Amino acid sequence: MNERTELKIIGKPIPRHDAWEKAFGLTIYAADFSMPGMLYGKVLRSEYPSAKILSIDTSKAERLRGVRAVLTAKDVPRNESVTRFGQTHTMGGGFEGLYRVLADRKVHFMGEAVALVAAEREEIAERALELIEVEYEPLPGVFDPMEAMKPDAPQVQMGRSNIVTHYEVIKGDVERGLLEADVVVENTYRVPFVDHAYMEPESGVAWVDENGVITIRVSTQVIEHFRGVAEVLNLPHNRVRVIGTYVGGGFGGKEDITVESFLALLAHKTGKPVKLTYTREESILSHSKRHPYVMEYKTGAKKDGRVVALKARLVSDAGAYVYLSPWVLLYSMVDATGPYRIPHVKIDGYTVLTNNTFTSANRGFGAPQVCFAYESQMDELARALRMDPCEIRKMNYLKKGEELATGQVLEYHVALEETTDKAREALGDKTPASGKIRIGQGIASGMTSYGRMVFLHDTSRSHVSIEMDGSVTIRAGVQDIGGGQASSLCQIAAETLGVPLEDIKIYIADTALTPLAGTTTATRQLYMSGNATLKAAQEVRRTLLKKAGEILNIDPERLDLADKEVVDTEGTGKSLSLTEVVKACASDGLPLYHVALYRAPFRNLTQYERIEGKVFPDFTYGTHAVEVAVDEETGKIQVLKLIACYDVGRAINRLSVEGQMEGGAIYGMGYGLTEEVILEKGKTMTPSFSEYLLPTSMDVPEVKTILIESGDGTGPFGAKGIGEPSVCSIAPAIANAVYDAIGARVCDLPLTPEKIVGTIKGKKD
Amino acid sequence: MPKFYPLELNVNGEWKRAVAAPQETLLYVLRERLNHTEVKEGCGKGDCGACAVLLNGKAVNACLALALQAHKQKVVTLKGIGTPEQPHPLQESFVKHGAIQCGFCTAGMIVSAKALLDENPRPTREEIKRAISGNLCRCTGYKKIVEAIEEAARKLR
Repeated sequence: MNERTELKIIGKPIPRHDAWEKAFGLTIYAADFSMPGMLYGKVLRSEYPSAKILSIDTSKAERLRGVRAVLTAKDVPRNESVTRFGQTHTMGGGFEGLYRVLADRKVHFMGEAVALVAAEREEIAERALELIEVEYEPLPGVFDPMEAMKPDAPQVQMGRSNIVTHYEVIKGDVERGLLEADVVVENTYRVPFVDHAYMEPESGVAWVDENGVITIRVSTQVIEHFRGVAEVLNLPHNRVRVIGTYVGGGFGGKEDITVESFLALLAHKTGKPVKLTYTREESILSHSKRHPYVMEYKTGAKKDGRVVALKARLVSDAGAYVYLSPWVLLYSMVDATGPYRIPHVKIDGYTVLTNNTFTSANRGFGAPQVCFAYESQMDELARALRMDPCEIRKMNYLKKGEELATGQVLEYHVALEETTDKAREALGDKTPASGKIRIGQGIASGMTSYGRMVFLHDTSRSHVSIEMDGSVTIRAGVQDIGGGQASSLCQIAAETLGVPLEDIKIYIADTALTPLAGTTTATRQLYMSGNATLKAAQEVRRTLLKKAGEILNIDPERLDLADKEVVDTEGTGKSLSLTEVVKACASDGLPLYHVALYRAPFRNLTQYERIEGKVFPDFTYGTHAVEVAVDEETGKIQVLKLIACYDVGRAINRLSVEGQMEGGAIYGMGYGLTEEVILEKGKTMTPSFSEYLLPTSMDVPEVKTILIESGDGTGPFGAKGIGEPSVCSIAPAIANAVYDAIGARVCDLPLTPEKIVGTIKGKKD
Repeated sequence: MPKFYPLELNVNGEWKRAVAAPQETLLYVLRERLNHTEVKEGCGKGDCGACAVLLNGKAVNACLALALQAHKQKVVTLKGIGTPEQPHPLQESFVKHGAIQCGFCTAGMIVSAKALLDENPRPTREEIKRAISGNLCRCTGYKKIVEAIEEAARKLR
């Protein structure tokens, strides 16, 4: 079918429909929704990181006036099942961890849910929590994954080893490679727990509808948790409906179940609508964190700069529950070499249970951790060999058609050389140093996958229909978490059907009414649901043009849809209004809708321990360059310049893409400089934004974004994903710039003033 | 049962009656009693600025103000700054510059920006950054927000 070469709506910086609603305060976020007779839910949480529950007495709480339900583990029809993340394909091999709704017999981390309350007013529910008497017997805990790996360490979860997963990547002979190397650099890198710190805390409202369906209106990245919630209640899947709201930020933290099961249990028990909203402190204490890693890296290169060997060991802290830890580690394993050609590789990876807050998805999903290590190592090699950091990278970058250490072939454009040159050039000359202020520049490149792992058999669906007046409706189960997920689909349909963007309406995120589109995670929605929507819209277009061809007596291949008209592209001036064609199709009983299914490439794992072959559909590549000012007295780092240059394939909406790249850069800057959830023996010492420090408007440089549009992605119109890749290489670029400024490397994130001052002092001593 | 006191508030130009207990915040009363859910709760401790409103023309965190302290005073929320029928230049520029992603910080951001522009119609970029330094945004990296406020300032002059 004819494809229009000149795009009218794709690629333009178009304001999003949801932005207007948000600007006027009209968007009804999860916590903004209320129902008559609604109750308020609260969660009682563990005060110990590791303890036996000897008894729970709820009688006093139950007797409090206004309390309508108090639930503990014994009240949950199916308290233990397995974690799933929207996927319908079961992996096995330890990928699915334990999902426990409420603690039973034991608590495993501080903040674990122990009991639920629903009451007529919020303060009554709070009072009821105080009246629940839990008798604990504290047990020894383990808080360091290295300790937890030892055979005599306390066992975090009964009946299983603390080591959740061990993976290997092997290529060539690493010991031989290291012997052949002229220089070898060896460092241990450490990265911290990080909170997602979305501005909107977890929230939802659940009720039992007139059909007896438990309906949960919730802020989530994964409406397909409806299946898991149904299993908790021992109900058929079609008796639970999840409606996703516009989400006030997700970043991976709303990928796991948050309030859904609690709400469903309380609504089911009371028969009343129930609202549950976490406080900020509760959010920080109880939801997942980014995995801390210890990464031992040994990298060898020849005199001319060619990297010949990498031996690495990764250990991640899974916290007290498995959740997505094996998956995150798998991403790290594939990415651990970085986008470099290395003949001899051996990577070992472990993810280990501890009595810390559990860890799971966080924007980048294992990619930013290893990027900090491999990009610090590249600079270390450049220094050891007295080479330019850009030159050594360019010598070793993989090119399209080459293979990662796992054997996955890079099938699409690899934009590393050009992003390095452009980022370096945009950085310009170094700002002159003055007094105690030292200036440094650094770069780092990254690769991050988009789309889920091919073993997950990922699919998405989208329904596109055209109304009698030519307006268009999209129904797609996408969750919009602020990245413009919904509006991008509108642009794709508008472009394909030749109607203005204002004529499109989209219904999203309802498991009962919108075709399921999978999760808004893994930088997959534009890729997956964009392709599904394109396919559905193309099918409707084909029907319309075929009918128009019959009416006009012109080959449909010659016809195009533009500005609500069918036009002859060969300039005969023959045309037909869109509504006439729609009416003609309707009279003939032709379908004016199509539901399309887009299927990612599938491949099964042949075995679990050793990672080989294709794991991801594709990657997004790019480079960050930064300039920093370091105060050698106080150790304070100010980022002066930040250049973000990534290949996005095709920018469907330029404003949204820039927004991802600017926001992602600052998200990554926080990771590099200030953000750390500090846990002391399992206790969170940073439970508010006074202690957990996000970048403010005063801390940020002017991010300069350079978009590369290779057109060679596997998304619609050649798009790649950018949501997570935008974060990947900031922290190492900052660390490399700091090295340039102070002449020493800090291997632990975040680069706090204390660490900088200590490093400068250590160097002088 | 806490003791409730009558409360009169002028919200977005309209006088409203409600009740409030002494410990209840302005944020709580606006959201739970007066249905002004455009005012957001991000932290409840004055750390994030999502709940900013204009109290007698000054931007305050509604989570730190007690409701009864606002008795007989003037509160302006995002909805009082502009509407779809009569949008304020700040709302238009936030949309057009892509300064809104998840949108949860937007109400507080626009309120802080409005307070700034009411006092200082020609702010520098630095002054804009300072004015919104109490408003956290996790999505945008602030650049497009600063640009949007600059453009609105130009339009308003």
